[in-house]
Amino acid sequence: MGMTITEKILAVHAGKEKVKPGELININLDLVLGNDVTAPIAIREFKKIGVGKVFNVDKVALVPDHYTPNKDIKSAEQAKIMRDFAKEQEITNYFEIGRMGIEHALLPELGLVLPGDAIIGADSHTCTYGALGAFSTGVGSTDLAAGMATGEVWLKVPSTIKFVYKGKLNKWVSGKDLILYTIGKIGVDGALYKSMEFTGEAISSLSMEGRLTMANMAIEAGGKNGIIEPDETTLEYVRGRAKRDFKIYKSDNDAEYERVYEYDVSGIEPQVAFPHLPSNTRGISEVGDIKIDQVVIGSCTNGRIEDLRVAAKILKGQKVCKNVRLIVIPATQKIYKQVVDEGLMDIFIDAEAAVSTPTCGPCLGGHMGVLAEGERALATTNRNFVGRMGHPKSEVYLCNPAVAAASAILGRIVSPDEIVGSG
Amino acid sequence: MIYQGKAHKYGRDVDTDVIIPARYLNTSDPKELGKHALEDLDSEFVNKVSSGDMLVAEENFGCGSSREHAPIAIKAAGVSCVIAKSFARIFYRNSINMGLPILGCSEAVDGIKSGDKIKVDTETGEITNLTTGVTFKATPFPDFIRGIIEDGGLINYLKVKVGSPCLPTGREEK
Repeated sequence: MGMTITEKILAVHAGKEKVKPGELININLDLVLGNDVTAPIAIREFKKIGVGKVFNVDKVALVPDHYTPNKDIKSAEQAKIMRDFAKEQEITNYFEIGRMGIEHALLPELGLVLPGDAIIGADSHTCTYGALGAFSTGVGSTDLAAGMATGEVWLKVPSTIKFVYKGKLNKWVSGKDLILYTIGKIGVDGALYKSMEFTGEAISSLSMEGRLTMANMAIEAGGKNGIIEPDETTLEYVRGRAKRDFKIYKSDNDAEYERVYEYDVSGIEPQVAFPHLPSNTRGISEVGDIKIDQVVIGSCTNGRIEDLRVAAKILKGQKVCKNVRLIVIPATQKIYKQVVDEGLMDIFIDAEAAVSTPTCGPCLGGHMGVLAEGERALATTNRNFVGRMGHPKSEVYLCNPAVAAASAILGRIVSPDEIVGSG
Repeated sequence: MIYQGKAHKYGRDVDTDVIIPARYLNTSDPKELGKHALEDLDSEFVNKVSSGDMLVAEENFGCGSSREHAPIAIKAAGVSCVIAKSFARIFYRNSINMGLPILGCSEAVDGIKSGDKIKVDTETGEITNLTTGVTFKATPFPDFIRGIIEDGGLINYLKVKVGSPCLPTGREEK
C-alpha cells in the first residue's frame, strides 16, 4: 500500500520509512510560526522550559500582524513582548511594521515555506502552506513554545480525504468558491482531524493565489491540513523565492484514502457563506436581497495581488455605494507596492474605498473596521462566527473578491455580472 | 482527579470566537480572560458558573481560531472540565497542553441537562450524572497523551523528557 503526500512528508520528518493514519509520531520542523496574539503566551511558556535559546534562529518566524500597527496600549504591550523576544533570541525572521505582511501571505511570498516542508504555526490558518505541497498545520501557544525549544512537535498521522474537482471553472468562480462550496457540502467538522487533499483538473488550472486560498480554509472544515501536489505552477512560484533546497512529494497511485469526494465545478457558481458558519453557503443566484454596511477585501484568505486585481477590475470607474464602507487591505508590503505600481491604488481611491496597511485587523474584529450592533459586512475573509467582526449582534457574509467589489458598488450582495455584464 | 460540579450545556460548533472574543485578545492575563469566558455565547455564563462546574456541549467544541486564550479563559472562569461529543483539533491539543481536562463522550452529553450535578473522574474517564444516577465512560486517551496529562501539561512533560535546564546538545544540526 502506498502513501499520500501528507503521509510521505510526515514519514520523512519523523525519520521513518512509512507512517500510517492513527500513528502518534514526533516530527522535526522546518519552520515554527507565531504572531502578536499567540506568541506572548508561547514566550511565557518557552521560558518555563529552561532551554535558554530557540532551537534554530532561522527556523522561527514571528510576525506582528493581528493588532498591528497597534490599536491600543494593551496590544502594544503584547507586540512588544514578541519584539523583545525576537531581539533577545536574534530571530532572523521577525518582520517589523513596514516590512511585514499578514503571516500566511508573507511567508510564501518570501520563500520561507517550501514544498515538502513540515511547519507548525500558532495560528489556525497555518494550513495555508499546504498549497505549496508542504505539511502545515495550526497549533496553539504551548505547542509553539515546545516547537521553538525543540524544533519538534507530536502529531497523530491523519487519514486523508481526497477532493477531486472536475471540469472548467465558470466566470467569477475562484479558489474561494471551491473551498466554500466544499465546506458547504461536508460541514464545519466534515474533515475533523483529517488531511484534505485537493486534486483534479480545476485545481491544476488554479493560480497559486487560488490554491493558497483553498488550503487556507481547510481548518474551516476542521481539517488538520489542506494539501495540493506541487506542479509547474508551484515550481514557477517557488523559483526565485526559495533560498534553500526543497523536495517534491506526490501521492502514490495506490495510496489509501478514507473517502473521495468528486465535484463537477462546471455546476458551481460564486458562493456566499451566510451567518454564522462558513458551511452555511448558497450560490450567488440564491442569495436574495441582502443589504450591507461594510465590505472588506483582504486577509490571509484573499488579500493577494490576484484578489486585488479582480476587485480593481470591477471597481474601475465606479463608486462605492454611499451606504457602504469599502476597506481594502493588501496582505503584504510587496502587494501594497504592486497595488500602487499597477495603478490599482488610483482605482480604489477614485472608487472611494479606504486602503489599509497590511493587517489581519477587521477579519477577527480586532481593529480597522469593527462592526456596530446590527451592522452587516460582506468580506473576503474566512470566518463568519457570531461576533467575529465586532458586536455579537453584527453579521458577516463570506465571498470572493469579485462578489465583494460588485456588492460594494450596489450596496447589496450581487453577482459581478450586475456590474460588468455577463458577456 | 475527581471533580464535582454543575453542568452548563450548549449546542454544537461552539467556536473560539464566542469562547473568548477577539476584543479581549489584547491581553494574555488568565484572570482578565476568565472574566469574559463564553461572553458572546451566553453573556450570563460568568455570573452563573461556580468553581468546579463543567461545560457540556455537542459536536466540534472549540472550532475556529488557534487561540489558547480559549481554554485559558474557560479554566480561569472556574470550569473544571469540558465534556463534548467531539472537539476541534487545535482546541483539543491546547487543552491537553495547558492542563484543562476534556472528555469526549456522546452518551454523557445526551444524558446530561443544564443544572445537573456531575462527578468526573479524569483518571478512569467515568462521568456520573449525580442528578439521574447514570454513569458514562469517556473515550480513553492514548498512552502518549495520558503521559502529557499526567505530567501536568506539555511544558512539564518536556522538562521531564529532556531534563531541565538543557536539551541534549547537537539539536541545531537536525
